[in-house]
Amino acid sequence: MGKTLAEKILSAKSGVDAQAGDVVIAPMDLVFAHDVGGPLTIQQFRQSGLDRLAHPESTPFFLDHCVPAPRRELANDQKLVRAFASENGCPLYQVGDGICHQLVVEQWAKPGDVIVGGDSHTCTMGGLGAFATGMGSTDIAIAMGLGKNWLRVPESFLIRISGRFPAGVGAKDLILHVIGLLTAEGATYKALEFGGESLKTMTMSQRLTVANMAVEAGAKTGLFPSDEVTRSYLERLGRGKCFQPLGPDPDAVYERVVEIDAEKLVPVVARPHAVDQVVPVSEVEGTRIDQVFIGSCTNGRLEDLAEAAGILAGKSINPRTRLIVAPASRSVYLEAMAQGYLKTFMNAGAAIVNPGCAVCAGVHQGVLAEDEVCLSTSNRNFKGRMGNPDSRVYLASPATAAASAIRGTITSPPRFAAG
Amino acid sequence: MLKGRAIKLGNDISTDLIAPGRYMHLRNNLPELAKHALEDADPDFVAKVKAGDFIVAGKNFGLGSSREHAPLIIKMSGIGAVIAESVGRIFFRNAINIGLPVIIAATQGIDDGNELEIDLASGTLDNLSSGAKLNFAQLPPVMLQILEEGGLIPYIRKFGDLQFQAKR
Ligand code: SF4
Repeated sequence: MGKTLAEKILSAKSGVDAQAGDVVIAPMDLVFAHDVGGPLTIQQFRQSGLDRLAHPESTPFFLDHCVPAPRRELANDQKLVRAFASENGCPLYQVGDGICHQLVVEQWAKPGDVIVGGDSHTCTMGGLGAFATGMGSTDIAIAMGLGKNWLRVPESFLIRISGRFPAGVGAKDLILHVIGLLTAEGATYKALEFGGESLKTMTMSQRLTVANMAVEAGAKTGLFPSDEVTRSYLERLGRGKCFQPLGPDPDAVYERVVEIDAEKLVPVVARPHAVDQVVPVSEVEGTRIDQVFIGSCTNGRLEDLAEAAGILAGKSINPRTRLIVAPASRSVYLEAMAQGYLKTFMNAGAAIVNPGCAVCAGVHQGVLAEDEVCLSTSNRNFKGRMGNPDSRVYLASPATAAASAIRGTITSPPRFAAG
Repeated sequence: MLKGRAIKLGNDISTDLIAPGRYMHLRNNLPELAKHALEDADPDFVAKVKAGDFIVAGKNFGLGSSREHAPLIIKMSGIGAVIAESVGRIFFRNAINIGLPVIIAATQGIDDGNELEIDLASGTLDNLSSGAKLNFAQLPPVMLQILEEGGLIPYIRKFGDLQFQAKR
């Protein structure tokens, strides 16, 4: 019987002929944690009786969520993570380096890898054809110590995409649309595998945006095949040697197949307080917004900033609205600077903050006041997500975010606007 | 055998509602963080929970982030088990890993304050208040073994490795 991508990767790594529903023990190519989950991971590791990390050189720690530290408790957490990384010979990513998932994509993940991270959006690396999933601190601690962990091989849904994306409609609109269809628990325990003719034209940046949000439908991971787009992406990063082609078997068995006609997609938002409350932008157009956030592991990459900068060029944001931009990594920041995007944002009236999670983590760099509304390119709009349970968050694409910042109200991206 | 009262919560209780991001600075100070458990879903939760009580929730309990602090502070509040129609994947694993039982069952018929008796071994839930009886599915064998040891850390302390074989 043919295998899905998830079954293929987990079979290859675990050394057993794995099918959906099996439990396998898989060696990990990479195990990582960050400043928020890290301290508990370290504590659990120390209590586990395991005396050392299996592979410290591939157990990186990232300081990305609450950086630079906004208060002493968080500064102490970061100090603890730094000390542990240095004692154990783990790579450490410092304040300003960027968001863990983006850095793993840029520097570590390879097609066919099995990766676990102490963060739910670890599924991002599925854009590169890696089986990557988020776990809690204890699971990560054990994976660090043993170099492996158990995984249930998920059943897969195939999301088959055909047709061309209309101008102004992007990967974020696609994945929000899919989550709206599946609902926030519709793919719990499953793998979302993406396929179809449109993949050929989907850039790596778009694939990462889509894979990143698989978890918002409950999925364990989101997976793209590894193809020519993957090859050229890795080559551009100087990691061409990591490439291997990878796809599902033609007779792979899927629990469900969802057909998406990209041509019919429109710009959408997820309304507060659930990621699956997805409606066309046109339905909420005119809603007042106090803050716009462009960034996060979903939409903080160069292409996202380029798209937003293209819309904001020569314009100013509405004075009632603030715009916060956080490039996803140091290299994205540098490239956005070189391309002039940061200048465009500054001239438009934005505040640019350091690479990292910024307001998405709900701790600093843009916490909302009572009754305020934020339109964000991030991935979650749960009540309280941006640090205040009495505020509201809409999720949208970078294009919708930029257009909305100019108006100060939720606005369709220009090429899509009527007339 | 577990016995306690039902504390009813609704659908889609995210980890952001259980352990809000605005208390991020308390993540390494669990006793303080636990004072805010579920504050944004039910402000009286911590005050009213008694040792052994059950959270009885609707669908997709614990969706969202991988923060293990969420099941930890639920356990610290005294909750003996989480009963829900469905649970978020990472929360499920985290709860078992720290020794907090999770039961997937139809919870619509259970009212706030009902006295419940649960037998994990046989998979039965007796609602002593209404007289209704429910059966629920056993945990997958891997998770059951971890829970029986009190969580993944005690499990690893005992065996030094993952013992189970790949199986269907
Ligand atoms: S950007 Fe947001 S969603 Fe992504 S890792 Fe950071 S806090 Fe999590």
